[in-house]
Amino acid sequence: MAAHQGSNWDLIKNGIIAENTIFKLAISLCPAIAVTNNLRNGFLMGVAVLFVQTMVNITISLLKNFIHPKIRIPIFMLVISGWVTITDMSMAAFAPDAYKQMGLYIQLIVAFASILARAEVFASKNKFMPSMFDGIGMGLGFLFALVVISFFRELLGKGTLWGIPIVDAKPLLIMILPAGGFFAVGILMAAFNWIDARYLRKRAQ
Amino acid sequence: MDNAKNNRQLVVSVSPHIKSEETTARIMWSVSAALLPAAAMGAYFFGPRAVLTMFISIFVSVLTEYLYQKGMKKKNTIQDGSAFLTGLLLGLNLPASVPFYIPVVGAVVSVLITKMIFGGLGYNIFNPALVGRAFLLISFPKLMTIWTTPTAAFVKVDAITTATPLGILKEEGLQKLLDTFGGSFNYYMQMLSGNRAGSIGETSAIALLAGAAFLFYKRYISWHIPFSFLGSAALMAWVFGGKGALFTGDPLVHLLSGGMLIGAFFMATDYVTSPAVKKGQILFGAGCGFLTMLIRLKGGYPEGVMFAILIMNCLTPMIDRGFRTEVFGTRREAKG
Repeated sequence: MAAHQGSNWDLIKNGIIAENTIFKLAISLCPAIAVTNNLRNGFLMGVAVLFVQTMVNITISLLKNFIHPKIRIPIFMLVISGWVTITDMSMAAFAPDAYKQMGLYIQLIVAFASILARAEVFASKNKFMPSMFDGIGMGLGFLFALVVISFFRELLGKGTLWGIPIVDAKPLLIMILPAGGFFAVGILMAAFNWIDARYLRKRAQ
Repeated sequence: MDNAKNNRQLVVSVSPHIKSEETTARIMWSVSAALLPAAAMGAYFFGPRAVLTMFISIFVSVLTEYLYQKGMKKKNTIQDGSAFLTGLLLGLNLPASVPFYIPVVGAVVSVLITKMIFGGLGYNIFNPALVGRAFLLISFPKLMTIWTTPTAAFVKVDAITTATPLGILKEEGLQKLLDTFGGSFNYYMQMLSGNRAGSIGETSAIALLAGAAFLFYKRYISWHIPFSFLGSAALMAWVFGGKGALFTGDPLVHLLSGGMLIGAFFMATDYVTSPAVKKGQILFGAGCGFLTMLIRLKGGYPEGVMFAILIMNCLTPMIDRGFRTEVFGTRREAKG
């Protein structure tokens, strides 16, 4: 990708809709299924990724002139793992309850395809400001996807939202189990793309 | 142009020239008919509630397919009977005591998520009725495992909750099971007639075998899947089913109980989700039997037929690829 042209707002919209990590690119699906059985975990995971993605993009775009192209991937990994460690430790300190449930997945952010991909295709070729907004956009897209998925899974699977009882009916237990995660991601992905396609068609007319 | 018109009588269409009268609809309705004895026995033993459960399941299955095709502006295919068959199989695999929203949820999951979303009949990877049932079992584990004793023909109104034979076998062992039924001969007789706790349509071995015999007679199913299924399950039961020593298990207990027969004859043999090649079918059936017994003997659930068939369903494309038949004339020369 050549240096990016266009407004920062476009970058954010691109991250949330056109290149949504979960619903459009279908990468980093592991946490989308593993931590989304309640809204709080889904939200915190999304915030963690938003933070890491933004900081990694900023760091890489600042360092891009000092990184030798032949060893760029190991350097990217070092930067990513540095920011993930910071997130991991802050989370353990400030939100120990949530950390107990999802600590492993916070550490796994290191291996997210989406973060390495954005560092490689965007941040290493763009200036500070576009890189930051690209990170924010991609992170918000991920956060949005996780919040939507966990919203439906917790509502259907437990009848609660953020731990507060909402509906008083027999819950569909399968929705909070991994199998239900696949159902939820698949159906929401279809819905997202359907709405997006309709919107694009309308605008083209 | 004129020339082609004049020569029309000599034009031969591409093969096949001889067409069988069999159609999808005919096969689907025949399989449904073959399940009627089992459904009738279920109605006899479990009463009007069972009939209503089956009816709701069938009705919602057909309605779901109709509404989906209506909404998607696709050709309507509910006459081909596959939605009816899915609904019937799902109904037969539910306990008679479930609340009525259970067959509704199950039928929608079966038809909409398992079949229609994948592209309709012929494109589904998994057996629709079984996915519906698995969804229900995982979502409502309590409701789906309340088994009632057969109330014998609409007489008694209050059903008594009891354990299924496999439940007893899992919790308390074979001896207790035989004691409950009063000796092994009585046990076999009860299993054959279907006078025992279980899902609506799985209890009566005689009715299921009669239906299967009809399908064999019409050649709608071949022996490959059911017999390798039952054979490998019987082998596993005989070798590992006994207490302590190997080779002391009682295969008949396992073959007649649970959903083994309805699974082997009616669900594993589904054309869409089982291999097309004969050798592959034998492997498919053997895998089903092996996994069923593995789950029954070592797993957490007392019954494993459903999960076994679903697991083998997703291996079906690989089995088909592995046993691909040679296309005539393409064989390589043997190296000399």
